[in-house]
Amino acid sequence: MDLSVLLSFAKIIAVIAYLYGLFWIMGLKVRPVTIAGKTLDLSLAINVAGVVVAFGIIQLALTDFGGFRILNEFDTGLLYQACTMTMVALGLNLIYGFNGQFSLGQWGFYGIGAYAAADVTYRWVNGDSSGLIVLGVGTILAGVIILLVGRSLSNLRRMPVLSSFTLYLLGALVSGYVAVLIGRWVSPLLNPLLGTNLEPGPLAQGFWLQIIYFLAVVFAGIFAAEISFLFGLPVLSLGSDYFGIATLGFTIVVYTLMVNSDTFLPFPEMRGGRGMIGIPKLTTWFWAFLFMMAVIVSMRNLIRSSYGRAMISVREDEVAARAMGIDVAGGKLLAFVIGSLFAGLGGGVYAHYIGFLSPGTFDFLIGFNPMIIVVFGGLGSMTGTITASFGWIFFLEGMLRDVLGRISPQAPSWRYVLYPLTLLLLMLIRPEGLMGKIEWGFLKIPVVPLRDTKQEGEVA
Amino acid sequence: MNTTAETRPVVLQIEGLTKYFGGLRAVYNFDLTLYDGDLVGLIGPNGAGKTTIFNQITGLYLPTSGSIKFNGIELVGFEPHEITRLGIARTFQNIRLFGNLTVLDNLRIALHSQAGYSLFDGILMTRKYRQREAEILERAQELLEIMGLTKVQNELARNLPYGEQRRVEIARALACSPRLLLLDEPAAGMNPKEITQLMDLIHFIRDKFKLTVLLIEHQMRLVMGICEQITVIDFGEIIARGTPKEIQNNPRVIEAYLGKGA
Repeated sequence: MDLSVLLSFAKIIAVIAYLYGLFWIMGLKVRPVTIAGKTLDLSLAINVAGVVVAFGIIQLALTDFGGFRILNEFDTGLLYQACTMTMVALGLNLIYGFNGQFSLGQWGFYGIGAYAAADVTYRWVNGDSSGLIVLGVGTILAGVIILLVGRSLSNLRRMPVLSSFTLYLLGALVSGYVAVLIGRWVSPLLNPLLGTNLEPGPLAQGFWLQIIYFLAVVFAGIFAAEISFLFGLPVLSLGSDYFGIATLGFTIVVYTLMVNSDTFLPFPEMRGGRGMIGIPKLTTWFWAFLFMMAVIVSMRNLIRSSYGRAMISVREDEVAARAMGIDVAGGKLLAFVIGSLFAGLGGGVYAHYIGFLSPGTFDFLIGFNPMIIVVFGGLGSMTGTITASFGWIFFLEGMLRDVLGRISPQAPSWRYVLYPLTLLLLMLIRPEGLMGKIEWGFLKIPVVPLRDTKQEGEVA
Repeated sequence: MNTTAETRPVVLQIEGLTKYFGGLRAVYNFDLTLYDGDLVGLIGPNGAGKTTIFNQITGLYLPTSGSIKFNGIELVGFEPHEITRLGIARTFQNIRLFGNLTVLDNLRIALHSQAGYSLFDGILMTRKYRQREAEILERAQELLEIMGLTKVQNELARNLPYGEQRRVEIARALACSPRLLLLDEPAAGMNPKEITQLMDLIHFIRDKFKLTVLLIEHQMRLVMGICEQITVIDFGEIIARGTPKEIQNNPRVIEAYLGKGA
């Protein structure tokens, strides 16, 4: 066996160990210490410090020390892919694992996020601010309108879902139109500050460009979430299997729109099936880590809140959940929208790492990958999903591609035989997935201690 | 019915409730008035339409016609979760706990509508979230203690023995802070000793939580033992109504329910 094979294997182990260490230190609770008469709980400080150190470790590994880097260019790419895959798969785990809705639409929302964010920054570096203005104004306005419509509809009983859908859709279309008008009006004022691609203006470089990147990714995520709201509202009222088929249809629609983005849709810069080139490569480890941790932490907190428990109850028994005062339709929609938001954010980060978007990446067949990852890691286990995402990327895209590539140029295709076999074996040996429902470190749900009972069992 | 009945407020008033499933008449022209603090039984042979009535009260089925008023509010057309939030909680004939969750979480889910913090409070773990979560936990544990379930709070609901699952279901229904509790065959599958305990429990929770209770039951001992008034239905129609004693001697009930030879 080659030394580099061992090395890439060691990398997988190191990455998984890194993640487990990170979650361990984030969940670490220490006893309060007394310093100079004051009792201090240092747990939070240690947790935050742990995150910073974890960020720093990888940042160091990525830094070039006179031609030597622990993680080379190829590994860096794997790292970013794993971060985006984690976000997408966690979103899907929220929808499928925690809420019980079998969705194949996750890849479509990922694609929407990727193209939306890429278009904003692409236009920006080419001296056109309309992308950011239209997307930003559009998503904020649509969000406000959706909330307002939702509030005014909440008093109407048994309203057909298609009627309310029509109102929401009209609201979204109006806000989109208004956003385009505002974009036409405002962007010429901003454009002189952006310069051109070759001579970037003050707003198209350095710090400001980073801000624009951040906004682009966030707005793209919200945009994907709003699309998922409009799509999910009528479709989630279908039963679970039908919902799965409908979401598969959604992914295919998104794919088709991407292929024809320069003909059906007015986006010549996306270049349809030829693929969008020239997206600024703005994703750094800082941003990838930030977005991934934001997704992980907010999902973990969500699961632990009452809203998360309500989502899980929908998975367990819809009828009982209804009878316990849970708004089942609302809970499904909430999980779907938040899951899609995560996918959209992941898409935005991915687009700016890879710098090139092709509709082929968002084909529905590849769209099964997050589903496989979620099932592999364990439905309803965040730890499992994160481990499986990193393992998947580093093993399949990293190690196997590398190892098989040495055998012959065609051999890497064999990984599409190997991983289904692995999956098959796992399903036979451990049908609940790698982690089952087990969580680790700070993702672990604490066991509530028994109550100090004064007189237990008044009535037995 | 005792003579003080009129002075108590009406909790539930059902009038002319009718439900057809296609051509099948499940419930026809059903009336029922429950006063505050009543403990009323609804009995009838299998397939008489008892559970269908429960499902209409709780909004799972939309009645073909008729009206259901709870504290004066017309319930027909409300979503099930809205009805629960108004103060009607139920248990199920075939236990429907959230099996893969702990007993504590089962109760905390029922407390969701009283959570009182927003999604963003939850995601950002604000002070309000922590405070309200502590209150939810306190309330859930209090209910578990009353029901004698403290020791099993961290067990998965599906791993509990049958009798305890029944009690968890009642505790979960109580967590919804109801004024009206609907019990669908609470004694199904229980042995005589457990039934005696259940009778005490139903009396106890009615007095402690100031509830009105409507229950469906096949176990005659339980129905005759605790209900103050009984309504008997057969093929979706009321055939008798009265105190347990009156029902026991009613010839139509004996014929329809207990069989002709009884």
